[in-house]
Amino acid sequence: MVQSLEKGSNTLNGASNIVYNTKQLNLWYGNHHALKDINLQIKENEVTAIIGPSGCGKSTYIKTLNRMVELVPTVKTSGQILYRERNIFDTDYGVEELRTKVGMVFQKPNPFPKSIYDNIAYGPRIHGIKNKKILDQIVEKSLRGAAIWDEVKDRLQTNAYSLSGGQQQRICIARCLAIEPDVILMDEPTSALDPISTLKVEELIQELKADYSIIIVTHNMQQAARISDKTAFFLNGEVVEFDNTDVIFSTPEDKRTEDYISGRFG
Amino acid sequence: MAQKQVTDQPSVQELIAKSSNKKQKQLVEKLIPIILFIIASISVLTTIGIVLTLIVETIIFFKDIPVLSFLFGTEWYPFANKEPAFGILPLIAGTLKVTIIAVIVAVPFGIGSAIFLSEYASDTTRRIIKPILEVLAGIPTIVYGFFALTFVTPLLQQFIPDLKIFNALSPGIVVGIMILPMIASLSEDAMSSVPNSIREGALAMGSTKLEVALKVVVPAALSGIVASVVLAISRAIGETMIVSLAGGSTPKFDFDVTGSIQTMTAYIVQVSSGDAGYGTTIYYSIYSVGFTLFLFTLVMNLIAHAISKKYREEY
Repeated sequence: MVQSLEKGSNTLNGASNIVYNTKQLNLWYGNHHALKDINLQIKENEVTAIIGPSGCGKSTYIKTLNRMVELVPTVKTSGQILYRERNIFDTDYGVEELRTKVGMVFQKPNPFPKSIYDNIAYGPRIHGIKNKKILDQIVEKSLRGAAIWDEVKDRLQTNAYSLSGGQQQRICIARCLAIEPDVILMDEPTSALDPISTLKVEELIQELKADYSIIIVTHNMQQAARISDKTAFFLNGEVVEFDNTDVIFSTPEDKRTEDYISGRFG
Repeated sequence: MAQKQVTDQPSVQELIAKSSNKKQKQLVEKLIPIILFIIASISVLTTIGIVLTLIVETIIFFKDIPVLSFLFGTEWYPFANKEPAFGILPLIAGTLKVTIIAVIVAVPFGIGSAIFLSEYASDTTRRIIKPILEVLAGIPTIVYGFFALTFVTPLLQQFIPDLKIFNALSPGIVVGIMILPMIASLSEDAMSSVPNSIREGALAMGSTKLEVALKVVVPAALSGIVASVVLAISRAIGETMIVSLAGGSTPKFDFDVTGSIQTMTAYIVQVSSGDAGYGTTIYYSIYSVGFTLFLFTLVMNLIAHAISKKYREEY
């Protein structure tokens, strides 16, 4: 429990269980300096929550981890993000390869306008799995993994858009699980959902932790406190504090963290 | 809250109550729907009138020529002195040859351009190319006709020595070029209305751009794409100037694309611009051909409508 604070870049804990090691990351949208000297280490099989007020760079950071941020044409970066000890900005590191290892769940459910089955089978198919039996198994396993199998097993061929928002979001999680990624990035996955669906997704995250490393951006501080092991507090593009969640929420070191946690701003 | 009561100006509500245009407004509101209904009826009535004319004159034609020999006859010699033949299949064959060639040209290039514009082109490129495509759609068809006759045909003759001056291939290709912008533009509209969040979802799974385009965006926009193709086909079926100028006037029921042909539309032009007397069988035959043409395009439009309804993927 009493781990040494991991704000420095020393990797004393052995590199093997570090999934993401961010070193001196800076990011600009045109002239806007959105991320400033970020240093963060994210560990295997943990839920890392990223909190902070709107515009603090938390979504930008999580989108940098799978290089989705590069869809914005004016983005420039400097520094390194080591994923499993390899710099994701290396020119010979293909984004497709990275994104096959690092799945993502978005703020708004975004299933494909296809059947539930085809949504889940999409990832395995594009990565070359064609065998119908294997695909069937993957679909069932992924839907079970996302705790939605019982709700949809009788209508796998219906359009995913016929489901409710909460179900759609779990379909998106199942779609992500179907390629068995190493890390799952979640960008405010429950912000568009009602409380009951939110609860289901939160329970799911707890279960997924055993097999996946999860990084979740959230606006909801109670949610961060409930589900995460580590919490990083972002403010104005900087990491103010990064520590075990219970430390952040009980005895934060930085005054600004305390103010944010206690709802004095943001 | 704190309203000034110093001035003796009336309040806005009082001014509204006093205003005189209330009655006028009510009257306009009553009249407008009636006027608009009349305007809408005119276009509908015109269409009905045209169809009725076609039907009436076609019925007169069928008094001379039996329906079956018209529908299944493989010979079309309306100007023969001794035994004129009115079998429409040669004209249909001409129209189909041109249409099929046009579709073969226009569908891959049109959908290819749409995918490029919607998925690959930068905003600047799209802003430049799309208007150019739309200008292409505005070129008068007679210009296309001369282009086929004086440029495409001689060019093709370099490769196909047997190609006649009037043939199906050249106008087919040019009709394809003519309908290409329509397919490209309408398909691009359908594809760019697929929400970006869906593309991002696919990219985040490790898809390449091509996989996103072909496996996610095209299926999602399929109804719009198919509807654009079907509409373009009905444009090709009805195309007149290009085939009249470059297709020739020899109706033949075969599969040859290098020789002279005649389409349904070109036949109507030939008779209308010639000197067939009013009331002759030839005169009525253009109505029967026109009616057949109308059925073709009607069916295509119905198909387009049904497809865009059935395959509408919801997102």
